[in-house]
Amino acid sequence: MAKKFSKEHEWLEIDGDVATVGITDHAQQALGDIVYVELPEIGKKLSKDGDAAVVESVKAASDVYAPVDGEVVEANEELDANPALVNESPENDGWFFKIKLSDASQLDDLMDEAGYKAFVEGLED
Amino acid sequence: MADPNAENLLKTALYDLHVELGAKMVPFAGYAMPVQYPLGVKGEHLHTRAKAGLFDVSHMGQVRLIGEHRVAELEKLVPGDIALLKPGRTRYSAFTNDDGTILDDLMITNAGESLFLVINAACKDDDIVHMRANLDNGVELLELTDRSLMALQGPEAANVLARFAPEVATMKFMSFGEIDIAGIPCFVTRSGYTGEDGYEISVPDSDADKLARLLLAEDEVEAIGLGARDSLRLEAGLCLYGNDIDTTTTPVEGDLNWIINKRRREEGGFLGADIILDQLANGADRKRVGIKPEGKAPAREHTAVLDQDGNEIGEITSGGFGPTVDAPIAMGYVAIEFAQPGTKVDLMVRGKARPAEIVALPFAPHRYFRG
Repeated sequence: MAKKFSKEHEWLEIDGDVATVGITDHAQQALGDIVYVELPEIGKKLSKDGDAAVVESVKAASDVYAPVDGEVVEANEELDANPALVNESPENDGWFFKIKLSDASQLDDLMDEAGYKAFVEGLED
Repeated sequence: MADPNAENLLKTALYDLHVELGAKMVPFAGYAMPVQYPLGVKGEHLHTRAKAGLFDVSHMGQVRLIGEHRVAELEKLVPGDIALLKPGRTRYSAFTNDDGTILDDLMITNAGESLFLVINAACKDDDIVHMRANLDNGVELLELTDRSLMALQGPEAANVLARFAPEVATMKFMSFGEIDIAGIPCFVTRSGYTGEDGYEISVPDSDADKLARLLLAEDEVEAIGLGARDSLRLEAGLCLYGNDIDTTTTPVEGDLNWIINKRRREEGGFLGADIILDQLANGADRKRVGIKPEGKAPAREHTAVLDQDGNEIGEITSGGFGPTVDAPIAMGYVAIEFAQPGTKVDLMVRGKARPAEIVALPFAPHRYFRG
């Protein structure tokens, strides 16, 4: 399974034609304590760079974008009861939704782990 | 976005300490201020409610009014009964204007030979112009530009501060004293803006860093940023100037009738008195209320409030998440017929109407020391 990253600080773990999407550890640290996640409905068609979810920290609401085109096939209901999972385990248990890819070639535009790490370090300079 | 390290931002005397403590600095009212420390907004909020938090509020303005006629002159600009204020007592009030709306909210202390005022950072320049233009009869305004202001808030605040100045332990809520803390000459009021017991401490800039470090060295005390200050004051149902009250809201609409004392209601004589006294007698069309969203989604400022038929009846002015109540909380204005606690409303969050209820403020009970 390959893991990819967007410049908007989403990660995707790809398994066949379905990608699990969440926000990166860097993103959750920047947001602070997360108190609510609004997830997309199953069956919703998302477009690359369009609104997919909303994550609310104590202070503010932030949009989460779809890193690729596709249809939502599952949402992480655990986050309703425990949004802090995003802080505790951003890149595992704190996943947001699963999306069925409609154009796998879009994955080529995303970064791999080393590329994302370099990208984040660049932001901090 | 403005760079918090930009040279055009002002720095408080505690700037270096904030950076040393790992604070995230943001621009606020022209100052580089700590929004949070490594503990995080939620942790800082809960720590303040459980023990004691130290806040840098040096960006706020500190002013002294001197002159024989200072009380009568200030009463032209605020609706509070300042003549009733005994030496060593403090009162919350507001500058009103001809429209009966609010130019700023402030704390007024009778410091004996002077009135000591604490005004909001974003308003302080305008407030000073306003006062200088309107205070006559020989009243002089002194800006205390060489003093810092910090707030120590929380149930352990009194225990901690009394280690350095035993006399603070018996001060009552909204009282004032010129007190040496660890040998540093301070103006201390037992007040604050978190709903907790605590103190605001005016200290010479040259001693601010020393005093802050002394207090932070106590086990109970953590440094707290503007993020938690905002969630604490919202839970306490206290107005943030610029959000919940401003030049579009009157004290009556803002549910601040209590700041207009009996004598001033009878005599008037402050800016906008005709409008404010008319609203006191006949009611205003809208009122500031507490709003509790059902479910977990917070509703932020400017969220529309709807009645059960979908008509817009008001707007949220402060909204977020209350760590102490562990739920989303908000306050805002609604048409007066919907202001009764228990009224069901909807909040338009991201295009979707979500159920909420009008509730009594505060969300977290006040724990002031009444003696």
